Amino acid sequence: MSDVVRIKRISQESKDTSTLAFDWGAHTVPGQFIMVWIPGIDEIPMSLSSTGSEKTVTVRKVGDATSAIHALQEGDRIGVRGPYGNGFDLNGLRTLVVGGGVGMAPLMPVLRTVYADLVIGARSADEILFEEEARRYCSNVEISTDDGSLGFHGNAVQLAEAMMDKGDYEQVIACGPEVMLHYLFQACERRGLPCQLSLERYMKCAVGICGSCMLGRERVCIDGPVFDSERLRMLPEFGRSRRDPAGRIVDL
Amino acid sequence: MTDLTVSISSIKMDNPSMLASGILDETGDSLLRMMSVGAGAVVTKSIGMLPHDGHPNPCIVETADGYVNAMGLPNPGMEEFAEELRVIMPTPAPVIASIYASSAADFATIAVSMEEAGAAGIELNLSCPHASGFGMEVGTDPATVGSIVAAVKDAVKVPVMAKLTPNTAELVRIGKAVEEAGGDAVVAINTLKAMVISPEFARPVLSNRYGGLSGSAIKPVGVRAVYDLYRELEIPIVGVGGICGWRDAAEYIMAGATCFQVGSAVGTVGPEVFTRIIEGLEAFMGEYGYPDLDSMRGAAHE
Ligand SMILES: Cc1cc2nc3c(=O)[nH]c(=O)nc-3n(C[C@H](O)[C@H](O)[C@H](O)COP(=O)(O)OP(=O)(O)OC[C@H]3O[C@@H](n4cnc5c(N)ncnc54)[C@H](O)[C@@H]3O)c2cc1C
Ligand SMILES: Cc1cc2nc3c(=O)[nH]c(=O)nc-3n(C[C@H](O)[C@H](O)[C@H](O)COP(=O)(O)O)c2cc1C
Ligand code: FES
Repeated sequence: MSDVVRIKRISQESKDTSTLAFDWGAHTVPGQFIMVWIPGIDEIPMSLSSTGSEKTVTVRKVGDATSAIHALQEGDRIGVRGPYGNGFDLNGLRTLVVGGGVGMAPLMPVLRTVYADLVIGARSADEILFEEEARRYCSNVEISTDDGSLGFHGNAVQLAEAMMDKGDYEQVIACGPEVMLHYLFQACERRGLPCQLSLERYMKCAVGICGSCMLGRERVCIDGPVFDSERLRMLPEFGRSRRDPAGRIVDL
Repeated sequence: MTDLTVSISSIKMDNPSMLASGILDETGDSLLRMMSVGAGAVVTKSIGMLPHDGHPNPCIVETADGYVNAMGLPNPGMEEFAEELRVIMPTPAPVIASIYASSAADFATIAVSMEEAGAAGIELNLSCPHASGFGMEVGTDPATVGSIVAAVKDAVKVPVMAKLTPNTAELVRIGKAVEEAGGDAVVAINTLKAMVISPEFARPVLSNRYGGLSGSAIKPVGVRAVYDLYRELEIPIVGVGGICGWRDAAEYIMAGATCFQVGSAVGTVGPEVFTRIIEGLEAFMGEYGYPDLDSMRGAAHE
């Protein structure tokens, strides 16, 4: 479904990250994403950070298109199409959720739906996203920062490993920088713990025909963006390389 | 037993379906995936001399049962793509390399590099309607088309097919030019020039403004093109445009197609569309008494 929506509300989450809320009737599930069109600038993939009848996207400013989104005001309009992708399988297993940076965005609808423990990781305290809201849903929220300015001094994977060894989790659900996800996956494999990880690749069509988002034989836009351990094992490129807009291999 | 095997010169296929150019065919792994779902051959993304990012997003709009796209020929360039092919060779089904260039000499250079990398055939993209300097201009002039086909034929041993644009009244004349220059087959059709406008933003949606329409809506145009070409040409015709089920494929074959390609339906139906079309076609041929594709080809002309 392709639509033009009006931005109802903008909330600043951190110095470089904002959430935009809009009403949009599409039925969506946690872990799905949309393509956001900013006319004259670009069209880019964004995870849904809320999946009810009011939808939100949480956008970190990193370049032209995300800066253009940050310059929008309440009442402005954007194009949206989707929802795309498979979403998480919310299966009732005892879950540890791990979010790195803006990777928290697609995890928020998961935390609102299932009971889970949570690790939020970021470079420093002022980049920790959604802590307050997450504490409303999760009794156990742990924070890690690379610079030690809040919570555990280290990375989210180290903290998650310590929690895995104490808790009796049956699965890990995560999103964040791919290098983090790669280490997290290895930590889970060592413990025989199944994972569902949400990955990113360069997207153009988002409907599974152009091949821009290929990761091995999988299309991240439609076969993903969420991949389980079984499929991750079949993806030697995971954690190593991606493709640029021309389809060239680039090291991560 | 129904016999679905078919060949275009030296390209031998287990069944007459091919993956259309530009659809999940930019990487070695994606080509292998499409072979695994039953494509009789796969055509690669159109490859140029140098890497090219393509047009900025938005480069696709969904329509009812199809798309308007202006990808703008993104590709990793001849050298990187040749490596992509080398890694997967030998493959369970033939790989046909689609190529584009702005001169006959460049077409020949890219064709040689693809042949060396293992391509079983070359498809000349003479028809991409939305990359300025390429495609539309070359593909609408019979003399230019003839010179490109001749140059590439001279340069490689593998069969050479030319893909035609429907955006011309000269379709059959262009097809004739391909045949006279020694081309082994024609492929028809590429997308139809199109546009989508956003009323809210009062502007075309695609960054390139213009795009090409594909999917179910263009099938009758493609079938007509193949029917017209079949009346005038001796060389095989590959039919493409809007095929999403066995009935569509049967229409193209009865219009005169030797093989057919599937593009948009890989998105609207899914990659398994190949298996479904082949199974459906086989069942239809069995029930209606066509022992092989030769007996069915061009049936609508009789
Ligand atoms: C499925 C998916 C979900 C995403 N969800 C979020 C989210 O919830 N919040 C968030 O802040 N970011 C998210 N992203 C990342 C976001 O799409 C990029 O940050 C954004 O496209 C950058 O655009 P830019 O013009 O601002 O930056 P640029 O300077 O153009 O690029 C910065 C980086 O973003 C990447 N990028 C640019 N265009 C695309 C594209 N079309 N597809 C994929 N990557 C691109 C580039 O490769 C580069 O690494 C998601 C990406 C994907 C694939
Ligand atoms: C996203 C997309 C990309 C395409 N890229 C190419 C291309 O690179 N070269 C080419 O010759 N045709 C390209 N085409 C055209 C298709 O190969 C095919 O001719 C056309 O889509 C009609 O077939 P269909 O209706 O089955 O999709 C592309 C089509 C689509 C939808
Ligand atoms: S973005 Fe085109 S196939 Fe995934």
